[in-house]
Amino acid sequence: MPKDHGIGASNKRREDVRFLTGNGNYTDDINVRGQAFVHFLRSDMAHGRINGINSDAAAAMPGVVRIFTGADFEGVGGLPCGWQVTDRHGDPMQEPAHPVLAQGKVRHVGDPIAAVVADTYEQARDAAEAIELDLEELPAVVDMKAAVQDGATKVHDDLTSNLCYDWGFVEENKDAVAAAIDGAAHVTTLELVNQRLVANPMEPRVAVGDYNKSSDDSTLYTTSQNPHVIRLLMGAFVLGIPEHKLRVISPDVGGGFGTKIFHYAEEAFCTFAAKAINRPVKWTSSRSEAFMSDAHGRDHVTKIELAMDKDGHFLALRTDTYANMGAYLSTFAPSVPTWLHGTLMAGNYKTPLIYVNVKAVFTNTVPVDAYRGAGRPEATYQLERVIDKAAREMKIDPIELRRKNYITEFPYATPVAVEYDTGDYNATMDKALEISDYAGFGARAAESAKNGKWRGIGVNSYIEACGIAPSALVGQLGARAGLYESATVRVNATGGLVVMTGSHSHGQGHETAFPQVIAEMIGIDESMVEIVHGDTANAPMGMGTYGSRSLAVGGSAMVRATEKIINKAKKIAAHLMEASEGDIELKDGQFSVAGTDKSVAWGDVTLAAYVPHNYPLDEIEPGLEETAFYDPSNFTYPAGAYICEVEVDPETGKVTIERFAAADDFGNVVNPMIVEGQVHGGIGQGIGQALLENCVYDENGQILSASYMDYAMPRADDLPNYVVDHSCQTPCTHNPLGVKGCGEAGAIGSPPAVVNAVVDAMQRNGKDITHIDMPLSPARVWSAMNE
Amino acid sequence: MTTVSMTVNGKPVSGEVEGRTLLSAFLRDGQGMTGTHVGCDTSQCGACVVHVNGEAVKSCTMFASEAAGAEVKTIEGMANADGSLGVIQQAFQDYHGLQCGFCTPGMVMSAAALLKDNPKPSESDVRHYLEGNICRCTGYHNIVKAIMAASGQDVAAVAAE
Repeated sequence: MPKDHGIGASNKRREDVRFLTGNGNYTDDINVRGQAFVHFLRSDMAHGRINGINSDAAAAMPGVVRIFTGADFEGVGGLPCGWQVTDRHGDPMQEPAHPVLAQGKVRHVGDPIAAVVADTYEQARDAAEAIELDLEELPAVVDMKAAVQDGATKVHDDLTSNLCYDWGFVEENKDAVAAAIDGAAHVTTLELVNQRLVANPMEPRVAVGDYNKSSDDSTLYTTSQNPHVIRLLMGAFVLGIPEHKLRVISPDVGGGFGTKIFHYAEEAFCTFAAKAINRPVKWTSSRSEAFMSDAHGRDHVTKIELAMDKDGHFLALRTDTYANMGAYLSTFAPSVPTWLHGTLMAGNYKTPLIYVNVKAVFTNTVPVDAYRGAGRPEATYQLERVIDKAAREMKIDPIELRRKNYITEFPYATPVAVEYDTGDYNATMDKALEISDYAGFGARAAESAKNGKWRGIGVNSYIEACGIAPSALVGQLGARAGLYESATVRVNATGGLVVMTGSHSHGQGHETAFPQVIAEMIGIDESMVEIVHGDTANAPMGMGTYGSRSLAVGGSAMVRATEKIINKAKKIAAHLMEASEGDIELKDGQFSVAGTDKSVAWGDVTLAAYVPHNYPLDEIEPGLEETAFYDPSNFTYPAGAYICEVEVDPETGKVTIERFAAADDFGNVVNPMIVEGQVHGGIGQGIGQALLENCVYDENGQILSASYMDYAMPRADDLPNYVVDHSCQTPCTHNPLGVKGCGEAGAIGSPPAVVNAVVDAMQRNGKDITHIDMPLSPARVWSAMNE
Repeated sequence: MTTVSMTVNGKPVSGEVEGRTLLSAFLRDGQGMTGTHVGCDTSQCGACVVHVNGEAVKSCTMFASEAAGAEVKTIEGMANADGSLGVIQQAFQDYHGLQCGFCTPGMVMSAAALLKDNPKPSESDVRHYLEGNICRCTGYHNIVKAIMAASGQDVAAVAAE
């Protein structure tokens, strides 16, 4: 019987009611009386020197309040980078300045040069067109390999080169890896591109800055996944506002996928400008603007080598990656190709020797940072594609080759620093084979052939590291922040609870799932629990939601706080029942004395806490409110196996996804319906990457795919139904809920399945094609077939 | 500036607009009805879909003045008179057809238009019809299921096949 209550129940979401009736409170829905509007004048060239900005004519236009340029931000901090990577030689990465508005140079198409604040948005936009810019075009560096050649134009004149860092991991193993590769019976090599993507949450970014002159309080409404992080970064490093005078509110947010983690110029601008003009200042991104100002994702060019013995045992793995940073360092950018990618190169396998080299490069493009999966899709893609290629070269079945090398004993310390707590990769592969009806492929392929189509099937495993992260560990790796999470559980006299969490929901359904945990722990109905998130005035300091961390870390904080509540409540119950605290049991919202029929209800205890007349005041304080900060002791390691079946039309190269099956191990699961939805969405994005999406720059640094006309977002008829399963559960061993997190897995595990399937279709039909770079558009597939 | 008048969700409304004011801006800013969302600027995403004289229209691609005298229906008008969720809305909740909710108003309005024209659509009909509605969160699977369920069809059949 599926549960209808508590952990494991597929409770319908309470947030749906407001979203379905048009009563959501998204940041663009927020209007502050008297607000002015800002429009940013952005560079239309990839690289240029700003020789002059004349805004006299613009300033005189109707409704214009003030025009700001980079000069107004001298003396104001630049946007900080939150992670410092140390290179192979022990030197820190090169870290350029990142001013709020461009100073001296523009470095990518979209770099903001001036900000026009006016009474209406249209007036601001009209006036921006009247600003005279004297921009001297400079050569643009777009290709990463060219950018690190001697003599390449520098994106940042004050750096020694366009190389942000040359990272090696584990550097001490480099020679041993080389020796193993040189001596191996077989080495499979693959060069591949993990193409630049644009996250494109459906809600564009918005910021509303408000300033109260009488109290010197600043408020920022912003579409952020982590309001406290914005408050800290912006307050401490950019604007010099102490946290107690700065409130950041992220209300309903329409999707994030990582893009809304980072601290952006526009939100700093709105906060700064509101004080400067003593009026609220609102900015709403257009979609075209989003393409040239939201952080982009992925953009790795990799060569990977897998060395095996004659039986296909993995002996060593070496990867060489160029990772695009774009023109500036976005908040977490340096960590993505290093600590979130290099540490996953063992994958699900026992490979003893691994060396990862990453060269992070500045180019005249939009900054690149984390996007759903953040480094793990890149790692999984390289590994699962080279394994697939190796299987073909070695004439070993691709599933057998994986099984032969699976890690089967836990905990397992990989040669790339991380230790997997638990997992069962054979179980998820077995499950994937079952739910995909792998055995029936032959018959389906014959049917496709009758219709003139080539059918292929692609299989892969994946593992990922999420539930980000142990603070001390990431601190050693260069993080400039902790990665704990927080919860304050406030019980009211009449028995209801409010949980103020540092996590943030922008689609993940925390308002529904979090109460299920509390309901299970106390034995009360979910309707008695309210979740408050997104407002730094209400919630304790938290790091926000990304990296599939909300239940694993935020949920754990909530559990710890609730345990403190329950402990105190038991003391009160013991007093009320004149029993010993050790004899008190809590079940179904009733405190009882073990071995007796004495009990008091949860509501009696909560009332007593706030009306402490019959109360152990000499031992405990009145009230029932507890806070916990939870710092995880390790990452969590969801894993699984994905199987994709495609049909390729040999006449046109068009690929359609006929079936997609996902068998995931997320450990314990709180709301299965929400988990399935997360996997569906992740797979949708992964298929989008595999077949459709590509953020393209020309050789002059012009972004060619800067609207939905040119950037192919997956639509409903591009995507299949998904068969998803999470019944293989090896609970996380180190957090109280045993959860591993599920938000990114779909996007991590799916691209290799799709590409493996297309290569399979080619090979089964006599085309000796071993790789095609994503996106596998009809043009690319057809060209590969007809080379 | 001119004054434009229309009926929105059964109520007469009017407001001052410029020639270039879009219907979406008239609804959101002029009338404070923020349920209709703007997600793009090339008429692709569908978050802004409303009904104008019974037809599904992208309100970002229509001037407010073009809707003068029209009967406009938005997401705010889709619930039942007693405030309970309408059939399509309820199906979206039942089948987890939304996550962040931003594309949802447009999805519901498009679904309503589809089911009016095609009361028992096939799954393929639904997927094709939604070409003008982009969702980034759900991967569409549950949206399709919700719309099929709202049409009264058996959704056990909506499986990967």
